Amino acid sequence: MKKLFLSVIALYIGVLSSFSQATVKQDSAYKPRRLSFEEANIVSSYYSQDGTHAAVTGGLGSEKLSDIATTFDVKFSKFDRFGRKHSLTGELGIDHYTSASSDKIDPATISSASHADTRVYPSLNWSMENNTKGKIVGVGASFSNEFDYNSLGFNINLSKKTRDRNGELSVKAQVYLDKLQLIYPIELRTDHDPSSANRNTFSASLGWSQIINTRLQLMLEGEIVSQDGYLGLPFHRVYFNDGSVHVENLPSKRMKVPLGLRANYFMGDNLIFRTWYRRYFDDWGISSNAAMLEVVYKITPFFSVTPYYRFYQQSASDHFAPYGEHTSSDQFYTSNFSYAKFLSHFYGAGFRVAPPEGVFHIQHFNSLELRYGHYQKTTDLNANIITLSAGFK
Amino acid sequence: MKRKGILQAINRIGVALTVIATFLVACKPVKEYQKNKLNDSEMTLSNRKLQKTETNFQSYREGASGANGGKTGGGCGCN
Repeated sequence: MKKLFLSVIALYIGVLSSFSQATVKQDSAYKPRRLSFEEANIVSSYYSQDGTHAAVTGGLGSEKLSDIATTFDVKFSKFDRFGRKHSLTGELGIDHYTSASSDKIDPATISSASHADTRVYPSLNWSMENNTKGKIVGVGASFSNEFDYNSLGFNINLSKKTRDRNGELSVKAQVYLDKLQLIYPIELRTDHDPSSANRNTFSASLGWSQIINTRLQLMLEGEIVSQDGYLGLPFHRVYFNDGSVHVENLPSKRMKVPLGLRANYFMGDNLIFRTWYRRYFDDWGISSNAAMLEVVYKITPFFSVTPYYRFYQQSASDHFAPYGEHTSSDQFYTSNFSYAKFLSHFYGAGFRVAPPEGVFHIQHFNSLELRYGHYQKTTDLNANIITLSAGFK
Repeated sequence: MKRKGILQAINRIGVALTVIATFLVACKPVKEYQKNKLNDSEMTLSNRKLQKTETNFQSYREGASGANGGKTGGGCGCN
């Protein structure tokens, strides 16, 4: 953990020093024909939570967890002989977490399968923008690896602006092919070598963004997500009302439909309202509403503060019951409180600084953002997250 | 009971479409030189980069995900 933290600091300093060199200033109309650097971002966050409904211990037990995550992305671009812009974005993410409940998979070991784990997730995306026609086409691939889980993802996206450049239609398709090792709770294991299972996710989304007037724009987004395979987690215990213990059992198919609306309004000269609403339902019986409001106050054109609030409400899944309430007649069962009925509140504030001369007068250090948030669920879970983001151009 | 649910859903979709139609009717064509407010970096119709980890933990703690530019699959969700 300490090593990872020091590595993140070293990465920040490294990127900072490499961009602090004076370079030839490019004209804004200059269109490079060779792949050239466009921007880079580093985002680091520290998350910690505590609660009393861990799924590993059947919906009763400590949910204490901490996670440190860092992502680094870099974007290169070039123009071809037809004036189309090609962009290549590479990203590398690393999460390291420690979890009290995961340590209960096999409490006899000093450090069990997921007591502490590191997830590494690189991705590569390419896009081609034809500004004359207002079209963008892109493809991407991603990979994620942790101790007991691998995921391979692919995506394709297309977007087309209207003739007056006030509206834009976008279409995106994503596929995730996951493989997980079936590591059961120690008392429910039958052999030494864990077998594996697959989980596939297919998603298609359609979005429409529209400029309403010189200060207001909105976006509508609809998505259909289909999952199949092993959709539970093998180390989640479920205690029945007769005292027996079982591994969580969920259907092998799930269909999700989220519908989103986003609207941003610029009021006066220094106030921006960013709003978002999502209606969601799936065939496991969950329906939910989520709404978020961020108010950006620009103290100067280059320094802003942003308090925000997010509200979330969901109904329980048909397959959920808390500790000791499932019966042997239930076909599917889980005591994972992510599927329970609850409300959640997430609030906090952030600031952003993006001076034209660069942050700390470092020319290419384009922006710096810091944001803190407190999250609380009505099922006794509290969490805090602090995130730092640095942008370079 | 089921019919009542369908009627309620149709009713809600109708209300939503009316609100959207009202917005679209209110649209005024905006020229490129009038977009200085719309082009502000805070006006982008997507999540901020530093919301990525927030979206990530919310998708693990909540039953719903999607329609916010975040991923809708992949990754264990163990943490």
